[in-house]
This record gives sequence, C-alpha cells and structure tokens, in this order.
Amino acid sequence: MALLGILSTVPVPAGAAEKFITLVGTTSTDNSGLYGKILPLFIARTGIQVRVVSVGTGRAVNIARNGDADVLLVHHRPSEEKFVADGFGVKRFDVMYNDFIIVGPENNPAGIGNKKSVADAMSRIAGTKSAFISRGDDSGTHKKELSLWRMVGIDAAKDSGTWYREAGAGMGATLNTAAAMPAYTLSDRGTWLKFENRGGLRLLVDNDPLLFNYYGVILINPARHPHIKAKMGQAFIDWITGPEGQAAIAAYKIKGRQAFFPNAKK
Amino acid sequence: MSTQQILPLELDGVCFEAGGNQLIKDISCRFESDRRTVIIGPNGAGKSLFLRLCHGLIQPSKGSVRWQQKAGAAEHQAMVFQRPVMLRRSVAANIDYALKLRHIPRPERAATIERVLQQTGLNRFADQPARVLSIGEQQKLALARAWSLEPQVLFLDEPTASLDPAATHGVEEIIQAIHDAGTRIIMTTHDLGQARRMADEVIFINRGRILETALATQFFEAPKNDLAQAFVQGELLWWHKGKDNRKKQNPSTGESS
Amino acid sequence: MTDFSEAFAAALSLVLGLDRSLTEIVALSLRVSLTAVAIAALIGLPVGAALALFRFRGRFFLVVTINALMGMPPVVVGLIVYLLLSRAGPFGVFGLLFTPSAMIIAQVLLVTPIIAALTRQVIEDLWIEYEEQLRSLGAGPGRAVPALLWDGRFTLITAILAGFGRASAEVGAVMIVGGNIDHVTRVMTTSIALEVSKGNLALALGLGIILLVLSAGINAGAYLIQHSTRRWHA
Repeated sequence: MALLGILSTVPVPAGAAEKFITLVGTTSTDNSGLYGKILPLFIARTGIQVRVVSVGTGRAVNIARNGDADVLLVHHRPSEEKFVADGFGVKRFDVMYNDFIIVGPENNPAGIGNKKSVADAMSRIAGTKSAFISRGDDSGTHKKELSLWRMVGIDAAKDSGTWYREAGAGMGATLNTAAAMPAYTLSDRGTWLKFENRGGLRLLVDNDPLLFNYYGVILINPARHPHIKAKMGQAFIDWITGPEGQAAIAAYKIKGRQAFFPNAKK
Repeated sequence: MSTQQILPLELDGVCFEAGGNQLIKDISCRFESDRRTVIIGPNGAGKSLFLRLCHGLIQPSKGSVRWQQKAGAAEHQAMVFQRPVMLRRSVAANIDYALKLRHIPRPERAATIERVLQQTGLNRFADQPARVLSIGEQQKLALARAWSLEPQVLFLDEPTASLDPAATHGVEEIIQAIHDAGTRIIMTTHDLGQARRMADEVIFINRGRILETALATQFFEAPKNDLAQAFVQGELLWWHKGKDNRKKQNPSTGESS
Repeated sequence: MTDFSEAFAAALSLVLGLDRSLTEIVALSLRVSLTAVAIAALIGLPVGAALALFRFRGRFFLVVTINALMGMPPVVVGLIVYLLLSRAGPFGVFGLLFTPSAMIIAQVLLVTPIIAALTRQVIEDLWIEYEEQLRSLGAGPGRAVPALLWDGRFTLITAILAGFGRASAEVGAVMIVGGNIDHVTRVMTTSIALEVSKGNLALALGLGIILLVLSAGINAGAYLIQHSTRRWHA
C-alpha cells in the first residue's frame, strides 16, 4: 500500500552499531542548554555518543534504579546518597553547582527581595498569601522548594489549591504558568536565563547561599545491572569531573552570564 | 463437469418460525428435474423464505429439505436475488470471485468468464466496475455469475421486481437460455404476466402454505383453489380482506368454515 | 496576536531553511507513526473483521473492551510499555527502551483498538448487505473476510487515517518510552513539548503548524486516492 511506499523512503537514523551511553538527568539542566555546549567536546574526544533523557529528579532516579540508563546526573544530594547507599550507584562525584532564584510578578505583592534573604521572602509570600506556583513534580527543584518551606516553618501543602498551587510540571511549564497568573516561583537560574516567555515576571531573590544547588554524577552499578556500559559511563564521569569537562562547564554562558560553577574535587 | 444429478429436491413438513411467528407452515413438495417452476403468491406469502429454505440459506425449524444426491448439492445450485449484490470490483472480477470460491483453476475461469459475458451480452462491460452498471445490467451480471457456476438448479427470487419492462425482457431471455442449457429453474414472482411466460409448473403460496401446485396451463386456465383464482384475476388483496370478515374464511388455507 | 504571527514566521523559517534537525525530526515522526499504523492495520483489520463476523463466547466483552481501549490515555499506554521494556521489566533484555522501536510499540497499542473497533463496525454493516449473496456463492464468514475488507476499503482508509491521527498527535506515550533524546527519539510532538517547557511558545507553535500541514497533506492524499477510485467503483 501507499503507506509502505512512504515508509521505505524514510531514512533510518541512529545506527545500532554506534557507541553510546544513556545519561538520565534533570529537565532543568537540559533546558539550560548546557549539554548542547559541552557534550560535543566529550563526543569529539572519545567517540562516545551521549543520549540524554531529561525528566524530573524523582523519575530520573527511578529510571536509573531500573537500570534504564548508564549515568545519572541530578541535583538532590539526599536522593543521590541514598541511591548509592542502596547499591544502585557506584559512587557520587561532585560536578558543579548553580543557584536557584525566586522570580515573581513585576508589582511584587509580597514585597520580597529587599533583604536578599530567601527565608524572609518565603515567609512574606506565605504571610501575604500571594500566589506561588510549585513544580509539584518530585523534581530536585521541587524538593529544594519544600526544604525551604520547612526551614521557615510553613506547611504550604495544607494551602494547596489556594495561594499555593502545585503545577505537577517541568520548570519551563511552571514558569509559563507563573508568567500567565502571574505568581511567584522558585526556578533554577539556567532555565530562567534561557526562558523566553517571561511576561510580567522578574528576578527578585538570588545569591543567598541557601539557594545553591549542587549537582552530582553517578555511574549506575554494573553489579546490579550487568548490561550497564560501565567503562564508557566511567569515561564520561572522568571527563566531566576532569580538567576539560570542568573548564567547559565554566565556559558555558547564558546571555553573557556564567550559569554553572564547576566544583569537582581535584 | 457435473457428475451426478442432485435432483429431485424433496421438502417434507417444512416449517419456519421467526420471532414467534410461523412464517412457513408445514410445506411438503418435490422438485423433479428439467422444468421451470414459478412460485407465485401475494406479498408476504412466504415465497422468498420458501426459496431460501430450498437453497439452504436458512434452516427449517421443523421438517427437512433433502436433495437426492446430498454430496455436492451446495456446489451445484446457485441463486439470484431480487437486488443484485455486486462486489466493488470489475464485472469480470465479480464472476471470477464466484469461480475462485469453487476452486476452478485460472485458465478455465478466464474461458468461462468470457463465455458467460458473451451469452449475457455483457462482454463490452467486462473491465468496468460492476457497481456503475444500471440495475438491469447488474441483474444480468448476477445471472452471468450464477450461470458461470453451471448449476443444476438455479433459484431466482423476484429477479425482475426492480426492473423496467425492457430490462425484464432481457433478464427473462437469459433465464430461458440458462434453462435451455440444462439448468433447472425455480423462481418466485408476483408478476402474473411473467409467470405465464416463464412457468412450466406453478406453485401458489399464501400465508406460508402451498395452496396449489399445477402445470402452468392448467393453473392459469382453471385454478382449483378459489384464493388462487382470485389472485389470477388480480383481486386477491381486497378479496382477501372482505371475505375474511363476511364468510369467516380462513385466509391462509382458503377453506370455508 | 504577536504569538501567532511569530509562530508562522518560525514555522516558515524552519521550513524554508530546511533545518537539518527539523527534517530529521519530521522523518522520524513519519517513520514511527506510519510503521505503527501499518502494524496496527495488519492486526486491527482482521481482528475487527473477525469480531464482526464470528459469534463466540466473550465476543461482547471483547467488543466493549476494544471500544473502551480507544479512549486509553497515551500516557498510560506509555507507562505500561515503559514498565514492560524497562531493564527491570519482563522484556528488558531486548534493550528497546529509549529507542524508536519502543515508540512504535507504544503507538501500535494506541492505534490498534481504533482500527479494530472501526473495522468491526464497517464490516458488520457490509455483512448485512452481502451475507446472503456471499453465502449463496459458497463463502462463509471466514472466506468472506478478504472480500469484505476489500469492498470496505474506502471506509477502512478513514479508519486507518483516524489511527494515524492519534499516532501522530500523541505525545504522552512517545515521551515516556522514547525519552525525547535528541537525534535518536525526538519527534514532532516531543519537540513541541520541549519547546513549550523552554518557554519558546512561538517555536513550539511553529512546529505545531508544520505538524498540522504534514497531517493535512497525508489526509489530503488519502482523500484524493479515495475519491478518484471511489467514483470509479461507485
């Protein structure tokens, strides 16, 4: 039939023979554009392709736990340490950090940002019941946000559906929602810098050390999943924590601003 | 190609019931070979059901339908319906399909198709889609398709009911030709003129019962049954209703009470 | 609205520039969805025809189930296929997760019920018209299937197009089982979702316009074939 005719003319990409590893990481890293800049350098050096699957931290850990990826690169230290402790990962290596920011409506109804303190900002938002969009998707950013609420002693979840809204979506989608409402939200800086649909949102709080966000990279344990490409995966980890990878991370800029800060131990 | 005669066909105490209604009531009869039998009767008399029971499209709820030669009986009969059902393919391919179902080898099929199209005057349409033919031509094609199977018995259910006089004439000619070539014809009609033209033998049915079986000449000159008489005179319907009330006649049997 | 004009501009520049990653994404989308629809048709047409013609125990249950499966959310299908193909799942050893094959499998599951259910309806209606004639010619339900499928071809093309519509439009299943990996499993719909998540609404809408045009092209082609041959075949 006609369908089969069309099929046969479609080129078949992705030769099965090529060398590749599967990296599962967070959407925010991918959306920031970092991979697009640094991975070609690794591929050029080693000839190993990197297939990036980007999901929230929760699902990333789940995919890694099932052995459906070779390397995990996320930013939620407790999850990462538990992952290694449970025997799913070989070892956690520091890679880099970036920082979270709080963005919100132009008119800033909660009046945050004067004191540069994230704790102060969170309290004010809750105190004025100003609209706040949470990722609500069990991602690293979501977990970070929950820890901030805990820190200031506010149980935001009990107000879910009123001023506190859980989007259940990725960073970009959450920023879209925040821009449309408008509302406050916690974002990683990389996604925010790249984000095109800001509407009436602006950056209100940043540079509080509490907002720093550390990334770790872990090789999935081949003892647990024998099909893991341990050698190539380790080669990637060695590269990204080594001088060339670290320099590439430092050199990556979004709109003229460094987005990630390498911190691998020498 | 036909080996043994499947006829005669014998119906013994055949009843047919649907939805709690007895539509065919205790019919017994016998079809010998080499005749044209026309089954007549008013609308709703059960003519079509009777034909379908004979052809085996439906099974009697009581009684039996028996061919003398049971083996191959299904293979040696064919039926043409009031409204021809043509497959969405060419005229020739419609015949080819029927022949394929009988496992006829390809070269033989091609020869047969050519012959029956010639005999029915449809050869110039061979490669045309069957469904764009006029209804009259489609009915001729249905006859050609049935004929290609070289049946010993051909059932025809009101084959000209949807046709104009010219097409009717053409169809009757083909039926006659099929008969002349050695096929037993059993057909229904409510057209008395057609019955006169086509019948060697007439079976008159009303309300699911055979009221009279006679040679055509006898039947049309002097029907024994008075309902048949009324039908022949073209007055059954109103007669039917009126007599029902006045004479308390049982209309399904015509017997006076 | 500026978003719409920007979207059209984005779509136009992508198409005119013959953007290489765009052609790659379009080719993969077509390959995945058309393969899935072809496989689904190979399964759905005979299954649908069998459901129309044969009476057996459990037929009612099967018909209702297949009709219900037409409304299955793609995400759920994706999740099921993910669990099956995951290394931790029963078919993990094949290593199919995050490959185009996984996406095809998921879409086959999405599309087959649509084709089977619509085929059943079409063939059931045709059988009412054809049954006596075909049985008189000596074709019982089993032997009638090919003839009925062929005679229902014009309506069945619409059923297959409906399946293609579902396959090419869905994002939930291919996102989960494909992983939206650049150059490997990224298709039109997952690209659109990605661009939305980056806030590139104009680009996302532009991709959507291209998808719409592609889909319209395929449907127009099918319609023209259908129309020209149908006139011929009444």
